Amino acid sequence: MADTTFASAKPKARRGRPGRAALLFANTLATGGLVVLVLIALIALAAPILPLADPDVTAPVDRLMPVFSAGHPLGTDHLGRDILSRLIWGTRVSLAVGLSATFIAAFFGSLLGLVAGYAGGRTDSFVMRGIDMVMAFPYILLALAIVAVLGPGLINALYAIALVNIPFFARNIRGITLGLSRREFVDAARLSGKTPAQILFLEILPNVLPVIVITMSTTVGWMILETAGLSFLGLGAQPPQADLGSMLGEGRKILFTSPHVSVIPGLMIFALVMSINLFGDGIRDVLDPRLRSGALTRPVARTAIMRDGPAEAPVPAAGAVLDVQGLRTEFHVGGSVYKAVGGIDLVLKKGECLGLVGESGSGKSVTAMSVMGLVPTPPGRIAGGAAFLGEEDLFAVSNERIRQLRGAVVAYVFQDPLSTLHPLFTVGDQLTEAIRAHQRMTGSQAKKRAIDLLDLVRIPNPAERLNVFPHELSGGMRQRVCIAMALANDARVLIADEPTTALDVTVQSQILALMNRLRQERETAILFITHDFGVVSAICDRVAVMYAGRIVETGPTEAILSAPAHPYTAKLIQCVPVLGEPERRLDAIAGRPPLVDNLPDGCAFAPRCPRAQADCRSGDIAMSDAGDGRAVRCLYPLAAGEADV
Amino acid sequence: MAAYIAKRLIAAIPVLFGLTIIVFLIMAMIPGDPATAILGSYATPENVARLNRDLGLDRSLPEQYFIWLGNLFQGDLGRSYTLNRPVLDEVLERFSATLILAGTSLILCSIFGLLAGIASAVRQYGWTDKIVTLLVLIGISTPSFWLGLLLILGFAVNLRLFPASGMYAIYGGGDLLDLLHHLALPALTLSVVATGVIARLTRTAMLEVLRQDYVRTARAKGLTESRVIFRHAFKSALVSVIPVIGIQAGFVIGGAVYIETVFQWPGIGSMLVKAISTRDLLLVQGGVLVVAAAYVLFNLVADVVQTLLDPRLR
Repeated sequence: MADTTFASAKPKARRGRPGRAALLFANTLATGGLVVLVLIALIALAAPILPLADPDVTAPVDRLMPVFSAGHPLGTDHLGRDILSRLIWGTRVSLAVGLSATFIAAFFGSLLGLVAGYAGGRTDSFVMRGIDMVMAFPYILLALAIVAVLGPGLINALYAIALVNIPFFARNIRGITLGLSRREFVDAARLSGKTPAQILFLEILPNVLPVIVITMSTTVGWMILETAGLSFLGLGAQPPQADLGSMLGEGRKILFTSPHVSVIPGLMIFALVMSINLFGDGIRDVLDPRLRSGALTRPVARTAIMRDGPAEAPVPAAGAVLDVQGLRTEFHVGGSVYKAVGGIDLVLKKGECLGLVGESGSGKSVTAMSVMGLVPTPPGRIAGGAAFLGEEDLFAVSNERIRQLRGAVVAYVFQDPLSTLHPLFTVGDQLTEAIRAHQRMTGSQAKKRAIDLLDLVRIPNPAERLNVFPHELSGGMRQRVCIAMALANDARVLIADEPTTALDVTVQSQILALMNRLRQERETAILFITHDFGVVSAICDRVAVMYAGRIVETGPTEAILSAPAHPYTAKLIQCVPVLGEPERRLDAIAGRPPLVDNLPDGCAFAPRCPRAQADCRSGDIAMSDAGDGRAVRCLYPLAAGEADV
Repeated sequence: MAAYIAKRLIAAIPVLFGLTIIVFLIMAMIPGDPATAILGSYATPENVARLNRDLGLDRSLPEQYFIWLGNLFQGDLGRSYTLNRPVLDEVLERFSATLILAGTSLILCSIFGLLAGIASAVRQYGWTDKIVTLLVLIGISTPSFWLGLLLILGFAVNLRLFPASGMYAIYGGGDLLDLLHHLALPALTLSVVATGVIARLTRTAMLEVLRQDYVRTARAKGLTESRVIFRHAFKSALVSVIPVIGIQAGFVIGGAVYIETVFQWPGIGSMLVKAISTRDLLLVQGGVLVVAAAYVLFNLVADVVQTLLDPRLR
């Protein structure tokens, strides 16, 4: 994923998306919540001008009239008071109290959080210890204790609920403030002579406002519930004043005879809180950057395969272990299509090591992941081509078949061994699991095999290492574990995705030597993905150079290294430092690779190529055979010896 | 590991001391003359004087605190005026009833919350996810005291399946079956909100974990999808959900205040409500202190379990 241009193209994708308000309205539940909420609020606000009975006038004669009685659409309570009128007036009180508590908590909590986060040091630890102390109490219990001290009453309940909610705001806001106060724009403001107060309220506050709004929208419903709860217990609103909670509390005593007296106010609390929460979730979804960027979508077990049209019945190449033909892999994000891989052909023979080389974003990792369906879906999909493992087309077999082949016939070694090993399982657990996924073995047999594997990858004291966790090993040792895991089932094909990039140079050469030895001993075919021609020269028999999702040059390693034909290949080779030639120019290639959702016509490298002519920028440039197993996708290839571009 | 637990236990001691200070200060902050506040404005001067002496209110605040703390260490939380029995006895008896209720609820909400969260994450944007999300929203929006009343109306009054109130077994009036019978409705009601919160966070945690490189590795190894989800992804998700369950313990114990009132469960919540309305402040003080201390221990347990699961925290 990190290796595709798709990642760097995100800002562009966002431009094509609907705005915040549009997103909010697209969410039907949130809209529904907003409509109900506005309706309730309007009715509550209009209470004084509505033709309602006086909510506090008692009429013992009319007591406990059922719902739909004449003059009393929702009936009357045990004192003969009109429930509809009391409900509307009670909603008014509950809403006012809930909102007030939210604003009080948000104000003081945010203030504490801002000050603690910005001041840091002793102020911060003093404030946060205090907050921790308050949070050490169960929430409602603390509210009860405060009401116990202040005495029952609606205003006291309001204070209690606001107070116990202050820590939520303080904690959230403090975290964000802490991060922001280390940022450049705050330093800039400080240097420009602004006072801490100015910085806090003019520079930092606007940035934390979305978080305050999210926290408010997620807590306001809760606060209405809690104040209603205190009133229900008789500790909030005192008669004759009534909020929804106290109505429910009074009605409880006559639950069995007249359930409507308590059920109706409860329904109102529910409708109110539910609509607030629906709307609050909508706000959160719109403001939360993680949800917007799709960072929380779950990839499914296997890349979606949506090949358009019947292919012309491709046949696997004779003698190939792995034969990839015309592979196209795309990412569909917010209406844009990123063609990460745009028609790749690769052939891998037994015991052969093929290097797949290119800059970040050229699509080489996506190519590798596509083979066994490991590209995350959504947003990835395989849009065309075939991958033959022997006679089987990997894009046509069942999910269960692909699972059987993964790790057993085609094994992977990934780039960063710290993130690719599970942090919570021991090395032994992960190894034996890989073995037993494909071989019927008892636990002790698998353990013995795991020790052999660790021995094979030259890990000292293998038996003891079974019990360590990945974070307890060095980077090189971790990668050896990953390689051992890939070898667990004598796979025919090993796909190594930059296996040495995260390691330092001496460890890198050890790992390369190890892989080379294993390849020779076991005749494993290796697809080796790298951006480093130095690594290529050490291990690969043949090389395929990728650019913008296509192969631009392929051939035997020595031939390409000594006489690159494609200007891009030549540039890449020039990027490798050579020992003993310190005066050599190390040129970065000017410009950036093109975005794969908007590839230029003609050669994708033309905009960065010093040799580009007018005809390079139009039509499709085909791969042309250059003899000796070499091919190049270039109209004006470099002649042998013409190394400098 | 034992060293870690010991370290955590020691770290909890200042928190517990902090609790005693807060609880003490809350009671000391009662506006006006505490004795009058406790006994009401119609109290006779003799009673007020006696209470002031009983409470040691003629001393300075720090002195009062240390005397109170000393008594606390000897298990003396004073006597309840309304019940005329030692506060500690009453509190412990009530708290055991609350533990049965809250513990059951905590187990229920952990099981259902985790399962619903996993199902929802695995079927993200599918029907299961939509239904779970909606149910979660309904769950956390429903006033638990109202839900309790509805369940009483439905299951106790109309269907006569479960009793509407009380818990007899603890007083020797019934066996385990009788206890479960009485426990069913209140425990279910109490677990609803926490189930929603846990389900929601489990879903987010699972979605985050499922994107990790090591989940891709698990798939590349050829593990079955159920193993990938329930073993590899779930274990990581659990590490971030465990502290939430610890926090939910506090919400469940707090929520017990309503549920015990609705179902007349003889727990500490209904005791507190009664004590507040009768201004039996020593009883309130003792109750709050014991529950808060238990909550600190709950979170300690959650911490230790989290560390057991995640070797990197050790």
